[in-house]
Parts: sequence; structure tokens; C-alpha cells
Amino acid sequence: MYAFDIERPATVAEAVAALSNEDAQALGGGQTLIPTLKQRLASPEKLVSLTGVAEMKGISSAGGVLTIGGGTTHDDVAADGSYKALSELAVNIGDPAVRSRGTIGGSLANNDPSACYPAAALASGATIVTNTREIAADDYFVGLFETALDEGEIITAVKFPIPEKANYQKFVQPASRFALVGVFVAKTADGVRVAVTGASNEGVHRWTAAEDALSKDFSAGALEGLSVSADDLIADLHGSAEYRAHLVAVMTKRAVAAAS
Amino acid sequence: MPKDGGIGASTVRREDVRFLTGTGQYCDDMNMFGQTAAVFARSTVANGVIKSIDTSAAEAMPGVLAVFTGEDFVEVGGNPAGWLINSRDGEPMKEPKRPVLAHGKVRHVGDAYAAVIAETVEQAKDAVEAIEADIEELPAIVNMKDALAADHYVHDEIGTNQCFDWGWIEDNRAATDAAIKGAHHVTTLELVNNRLVPNAMEPRCSMAQYNRANDEYVLHTTSQNPHLTRLLISAFVLGIPENKLTVIAPDVGGGFGSKIYHYGEEALVLAAAKKIGRPVKWTADRTEAFLTDAHGRDHVTKIELAMDKDGNFLAFRTETMANVGAYLSNFSTATPTFLHGTLMAGNYTVPNIYVNVKAVFTNTAPVDAYRGAGRPEATFSLERVIDKAAREIGMDPIALRRKNFIKPDQYPFASAAGLEYDSGNYDALMDQMEKVADMAGFEARRKASEKKGKLRGFGVNAYIEACGIAPSNLVGVLGSRVGLYDAATVRVNATGNLSVMVGAHSHGQGHETAFPQVVAEMLGIDPQSIDIVHGDTSKIPFGMGTYGSRSLAVCGSAVVRATEKIINKAKKIAAHMLEASDGDIELKDGVFSVAGTDKSVTFGEVALKAYIPHEFPLEDIEPGLEETAFYDPANFTYPSGAYCCEVEVDPETGKVSVESMTAVDDFGNVINPMIVTGQVHGGLGQGIGQALLENTTYDENGQLLSASYMDYVMPRADDLPFYTVDHSQGNACTHNPLGVKGCGEAGAIGSPPTVVNAVIDALQSGGKNVTHIDMPMTPHRVWSAMQNA
Repeated sequence: MYAFDIERPATVAEAVAALSNEDAQALGGGQTLIPTLKQRLASPEKLVSLTGVAEMKGISSAGGVLTIGGGTTHDDVAADGSYKALSELAVNIGDPAVRSRGTIGGSLANNDPSACYPAAALASGATIVTNTREIAADDYFVGLFETALDEGEIITAVKFPIPEKANYQKFVQPASRFALVGVFVAKTADGVRVAVTGASNEGVHRWTAAEDALSKDFSAGALEGLSVSADDLIADLHGSAEYRAHLVAVMTKRAVAAAS
Repeated sequence: MPKDGGIGASTVRREDVRFLTGTGQYCDDMNMFGQTAAVFARSTVANGVIKSIDTSAAEAMPGVLAVFTGEDFVEVGGNPAGWLINSRDGEPMKEPKRPVLAHGKVRHVGDAYAAVIAETVEQAKDAVEAIEADIEELPAIVNMKDALAADHYVHDEIGTNQCFDWGWIEDNRAATDAAIKGAHHVTTLELVNNRLVPNAMEPRCSMAQYNRANDEYVLHTTSQNPHLTRLLISAFVLGIPENKLTVIAPDVGGGFGSKIYHYGEEALVLAAAKKIGRPVKWTADRTEAFLTDAHGRDHVTKIELAMDKDGNFLAFRTETMANVGAYLSNFSTATPTFLHGTLMAGNYTVPNIYVNVKAVFTNTAPVDAYRGAGRPEATFSLERVIDKAAREIGMDPIALRRKNFIKPDQYPFASAAGLEYDSGNYDALMDQMEKVADMAGFEARRKASEKKGKLRGFGVNAYIEACGIAPSNLVGVLGSRVGLYDAATVRVNATGNLSVMVGAHSHGQGHETAFPQVVAEMLGIDPQSIDIVHGDTSKIPFGMGTYGSRSLAVCGSAVVRATEKIINKAKKIAAHMLEASDGDIELKDGVFSVAGTDKSVTFGEVALKAYIPHEFPLEDIEPGLEETAFYDPANFTYPSGAYCCEVEVDPETGKVSVESMTAVDDFGNVINPMIVTGQVHGGLGQGIGQALLENTTYDENGQLLSASYMDYVMPRADDLPFYTVDHSQGNACTHNPLGVKGCGEAGAIGSPPTVVNAVIDALQSGGKNVTHIDMPMTPHRVWSAMQNA
């Protein structure tokens, strides 16, 4: 690890001010950034820890929308239970240490192409709330580790409309236990949304053909004969693009069957 | 005494108190006054010419005390191979020098070409980044087949990438070829025994001190065999006299073979400590462990099994390429040869065997013995081809094995691969396995799995291994450059407690509990009054350390011999005290008595007398009560077992789940059943890891893709089933005093083919025509095999 300064602001305003420094880097739960620093793969001059910002923590529910503070840990989301599929997703992120430190804001800001939360946010039609604006999930995820966030912009909360039915199925990459393929299915009065993580070189994305079929008939059978192209899917040690394409269909069926 | 702490007692491991309460002392826990830090500059390319290394900027960095390059070690020796193998044509193997730091060329990613010594680790890391090394990258030699055909070499000076081309037994080759040619049925299988990264929980760590007052060095290091490490450093590498070098291996957090070997980092910190006059410590990070610990396995094999029309085995013939990596690690040449080829008879009365092994240099980390070391490779090849043969001829795989088993009345049995098995009963093991695994209930379980949409399979395996390594006379003939005896000193202190100094090293095996059980049983005293001393060359006799499931069979036998000497001397002292003759003294429950009388003295009274020898017959008995014995085994020991498991395969995803695993082993006599069970559990975890999860992958440029836990899959608790472990069918080893055979590696040897056989059974029972899948059987590989079936 290279030497760095650290600031621990208590409010969003202080955090934003601290991040205005060009070489400052926001630090959430540190479950990605700290290992990166330890390997000397990043050298920020200043880390701005967000863990002391009380206004970014906590979960509240009103009018069918679950609002989760950006600094809320996976453990707290797992324990909440008011959006069952989301809590079940959080239970299976990483390991106990990761869940007790890692935050939903950190995960969404990092936008790892194999992370779980991006699939939940995109399928749920969530809104990413920052210190300056609100961003619809459809506009938020740009690509691998890329988001619509500007420099120094902080995710203060995420708003999830709670669907009628939803489920997340993760086929784990056996070493990291990130998603080799993860599929989040959410059914609302407006239709069905299906988001896929882990599979694509473009990052999290929606499977619109499946959405159309499921919006007409929300059953695993409605997906018969549907498949995704292996073009642009990730191929690595753990699975080819064809295997991932196959898993997308399998996991989607399972998510529909398990949705509640 | 001992009522419950002697041989056969499941005594709780006393060492676990410190391990579980965080009071163990590992190398990196120790800090010396004035300590400095070493960090290595390591190659990022697999193959390259070192054009120049400019260390001047690094030397000027804050806190830097010294910078070393390969140039600093050209005058000292290389790290040698411990075993000379001759090729089939009689030519000795190629032995390129393995220097302390790479010189001239770097030969694998992670190869160290420079080292910085600084006040702190971070300062040393900063300085490593300031070293300007001009390294011209060359095409990497990664794949073994390509390596043998290549016209460029890992070591230019030997003009080939082949280390040796070994035949075993060359005189049997023609008969084996003829038996295969004329056989009713020949089953052929090509398979890969996948490369494994050892992944000891504690990374390697070495810390050196130099005392200029008396020119003495102390090296604390993560070693399974401190005397062997000292010998290698003294006799081959740095030339430090053995009497000026103490090597201490304190608590060591796992080795699995990877800490048998001497590594260049140990030599570097010793040289650096002398140069700067302060202690120097290096601790590997996990990336260094992945890149530079000696890896395991990595064989590519073609095996043929010839049978007559009734399924009697006529011959096994194998052709293997064994990867030795970029340099010869200390046992790397023995592992694919004498620890592999000699086991190729398995548990069977097959008359003809021929084994060919080509060892190949590649631009990858060195490969050496890893839990099982050659024997898992032999067992895997045999038990996979037997399973395939059973399917081809339509015979039950258990029946085919039983038909060819060596029978109990055939011992001692001279195998066609050159070993003499002393004892065993493979049918009894199979009987017990069928019973405890509830084989009768399998079909019902298969139906229940089908209802869940899963394919269930049953796999079986029989293995034999050679442990208790090793008879020095035999291994000397076979090319070993060391003897493989071990040693123990039993010191009875004046107050009656005992220190037992042993050559074996405990890094997870439970010696501190098991060895006292042996001594306590022999002396009839409380095992808690006996402590084991190990891991420090200044305290222990010259022993060869721990690997090859040898500690109890070899070092434990030395403990027995030394304790026998103690008893003999103690009886003389007791006879003097009791005014009787030696021959009339009996030892029972810690009390020496004159036979047929009520005259007695306790063990403690004898011990005190030995050290306060008033009125002592000094002309007949020396004062003191301390004895040493060296023990060199007469033969290997031959543990064997029958294993089975059941798996479920998800036909949609290819994911395999091991639902049950039964291990029935013949370990001979068992000293501590609980520790033995734990050793089997560990081995099973590693074996299932090899079968399903652990995938060491270099790309075509020699970059290790699986160089972290983000990509290298270590087995976790939820990957493993509950085990059924049974060692009730022991047949005592006939040639060591304890009748023990060794249990440390069995699980890792017996389980991989069991799992693969079960997966193939599941797929075939589900109508998929799949005859083989290479390990690790990842979901992707299993799914792909089903797609292509």
C-alpha cells in the first residue's frame, strides 16, 4: 500500500468538499478498494471514508418504495426483509466480513460486471440518488466499472420500488463467489424486467426478449425456446461465452419459478 | 497409567490449545531487535533475457540498506535436485543450476532477480519499484508437448527441454508390449492430472540473524524439515558450516509438501543478514505464494489396460509427461518416477507393467511433491482406466477390482512394478466400504435425486500407496542422494518428566500429542509429563523431517528404539537400587519391581537416581538417563483403502455436488484414531478440491491466470460432504515396531478418482455417453461434455 491521507467526514456536504480534491477517492466499505490498495494497484493521495456519514445509512419504506442509504451494509439489507428478493440477494454477497463492511452505494458506484446489486437495481427500476441528482437505473449503468456518476459524486441512497414478485438467481463463480451469471427478475403492474449480471462484456444489462415473453405470461414455460446470443459475453477460466449464454436462460427460468 | 492417554486413545490434540487461542508462534510472529525487511523483485514475464539491472536509484531510496542481484551469487552453489534419475538410455538427467537469484535469464513469472533490504517492508517495496531491469521477453514455453518439440529452451545450456526419459522397468517393456498386443481387450485412456497450488494457510517466511562475534547464523523458516534445509544450504548453496548454522522451523501453518524444499529466499536472507549485520526477514504475500511455492501434480498420461476374456488384468502400460517447471525443486525428479512408477501395480496381481515418464522443463513455477506426491497420479491413472474398462466389458467395477485384487494369503507380494507389499486385505476393505456406505440403499437415493431433476452417480476406488519413506539402502540404489532414516532422543529429566527430541516436524499432524502417547504406553507414565521438541537443529538429532506419511512409521520407530534403550538403562538403575539383578526387573504402570517380590521403585525415583548418582556403580552404569536412536526402515509401508462416493450432477448447469464420501483405510495400527480421522478429512478435502475445483492455469505467455483466490478455487466447507471414515480394517505393518503405516496422504490419493468415477456414472446413468472428463470437473466442463455426448 502506498501512503495516503484519510478524511472521515460526518456529513454528505463535508464528504463532497473533501472529494473536490483531484486525487481524492471515496472509500465505502473498502471491500474492493482496500485489497486494490494493498496490491499497490491504486495510489490515491487521499481517501475520503464515507462510513461516518450517518445520513447515508439506514433503510426506510414508504408508498411501496424502499429507500436504502448508500452507506448501508449488505448485512443490514439482508436483515431488513421488506423487499424479500433484495434481502435474499444481500445474504449471498461475499462472505460475512464482506457483508458486514461492504455497502450498497459502494457496490453500485464500482459497478463490477459480476456484482449482484446492479442486477437488482436494473431489474427493479431503481433510482440512484446522489448528492446532486436522481438517476434512473436504466441511465446509470454505462459499462464495465463505468457509471453515470461524475467525479466526486456520491451515492447517498437507492430507491427500490417493491415489485409484486421478484427473485434473484446467482450461479456463482466458484472462487470469488461473484456471479458467473446472475439473473434478477422483477414483476410489477407495468410488466416484467429481467436484468443479467456476470455474463456480459458490457456489464449488467436487461434481457428484453425475456421481459416481453414474461410480461405476457409470467411462467418459466414462457421462456421455452428463448436464448441469448453468446456474442459479447464474457469468456474466462470459469466458463465460455456459450456456457454463460446457456446459464442466462437457466437462471432466468429458475428466478421466475422461484419469484414471490 | 496410561489409562486413557496411551496407544489407541483419541487424546485431544494438546497443540490445538495454542493454535486455537492465537498463541502459536509462527515465523512472521517473531521479531528481532534491529530487524530489517527483504522484498524481492520478481519477473513479470515467463521467459526473458536479463540485459541489465540498474539498482542505483533503488540503493538511494529512503531506508534502503542493501540491494542484491543474481550477480552477487554467481560464486555460490545452486539449489540441487535430491534424486538422480537416469534416462532409459543410461544418460543421467539434465540438471541446470538453480541459483539463489536469477542470473542471465528469468524463467518463470515470479522468478526473483533482485532483492532489496530496507528498514521497513514498504520502503523495500518502494525501492523494488525503482530497480531498472531491462529484461527482453522471449516466447514462453508452457505446454509440455510444445516444449519437447521446441527448438528454444528454458535452459539454453542443456539444449533440450527434456530433463529425462525414464522407463520402469525397462526389462519388462517387451513383455508388456507383447501382453497388450495379444490381449483379448485393451482399454485406453488419456488423462490429465491437474496442476495444484499448495496454498498452505501460512505463506513462506524466512528470517536470518548473523552473529559476527562467533560467525554463527540462525535461520527461522517455514520448513517441514529443518535439518534437510540446513544440509542443503551448508553443503550445496552457501557453504556455511553446519555447526555455524541453526535452522529453526517453529509453528508452521501447513506445508503439504511445499515446505519440504529449500528456496532461494532462505539463502538470500542469510547472506543479507551477514552483509548488513542485522536480522533480515522476508514474508511472502499470497501472490508470491501462488507464483513461487512449488506446485503439485501436472502430469499428462496415456494409460492402457490389457485384459483376457474373463477380465483378468494382463498388463498396464503408461506414457506420461511430467512437468517439472522452470527449475528442479529438491524432490521433483523422484515424484514422477519412484513415487509414481513403482505404484503402478495398484492393488492388483497384474503380471506386466511398463511405465514411461518424460520430465519436461517449462516456463512455469517448479513442480514437486504435493500431498501424495506421485501416488495420487498413479492411483488416478489406474483407477480411472479400470473403471472405464469395467464399463467397456460390461462388468461391475467392484467385481472387476475384486477379481484382480492381491489376496491375503499372497503376502509378502512382489508387485510387477518392483515393490514388495508386506500386508493388506483389499477384499476386507471393500467389504467394509460396501457395508458402511449403505450401498444397498443407493438405487433408492438415485431415484430420489431423479425426482429433484438431478443425476446421481456412484464411484468407487481402491488404492495402495508407499509410505514410511524410506529405506535408505533401497532409495540409494534408485538414485536418492540422501538417506531417509529418522532420529529421536529421549531425555528423562531428573524430576521424572521427559523431553523427546525428534527429527520429524509437526505442521498440522499432531505429533505433540501422538508421540507422547507412544512413550507413555511404553513407560507406563502420564503422557502429560512428556513433551516433544521438534523443529530446531540445535536441539534435535539429525532427522529428515515430515513428508510422505513418514513421521510415525520412521521417526515414531526411532522414538520406540530410544525409549527401549531408556527402559534397559532404567532397569539397570532400578536393579541397583533394589539390590537385584537386571533380568529380574519388571516395568509395569511406571513402577520397576523385582519379579515375584513386593520390592519396587517408581520411574520417577529411578530418574532422580540417574542424575544424583550417590552410591552409584559408575563402573557399570553412567549417570544420566538420555538415549538416542536412529531408525532406517526395512521397507516402505503400504497403506491401502477402498473409497466410494455419491454425487449429484445438475444436468442443466453441469454443477457437481458430492453427496457422500466413504473412506475405509488400512493404516495398520492406529495410535490416535481422532488424529487419523482428521488427517483423512484433510486429505479428502484436498482430493475433492483437485477433482472438482482447483484449476491452475497458465496462459500461452506463461502468465498464471489463477494467481489469487478470486480465480483459484480452494475447497470450502459447503463444497464438501460429511465424511464416513473407517479404519477398523488395519493389518499391522510387519517391519516397524509400532505396526503403523501412515495416514497423512491417503485421503488426497483415494478421493480424486472416486469423484471422477462417480460423475461419469451419473452422466452415463442419465443417458449421456461421456467416458472421461479431465479434472477439475468444473460445471462448465461437465456441461460441455454433456453437450458433446
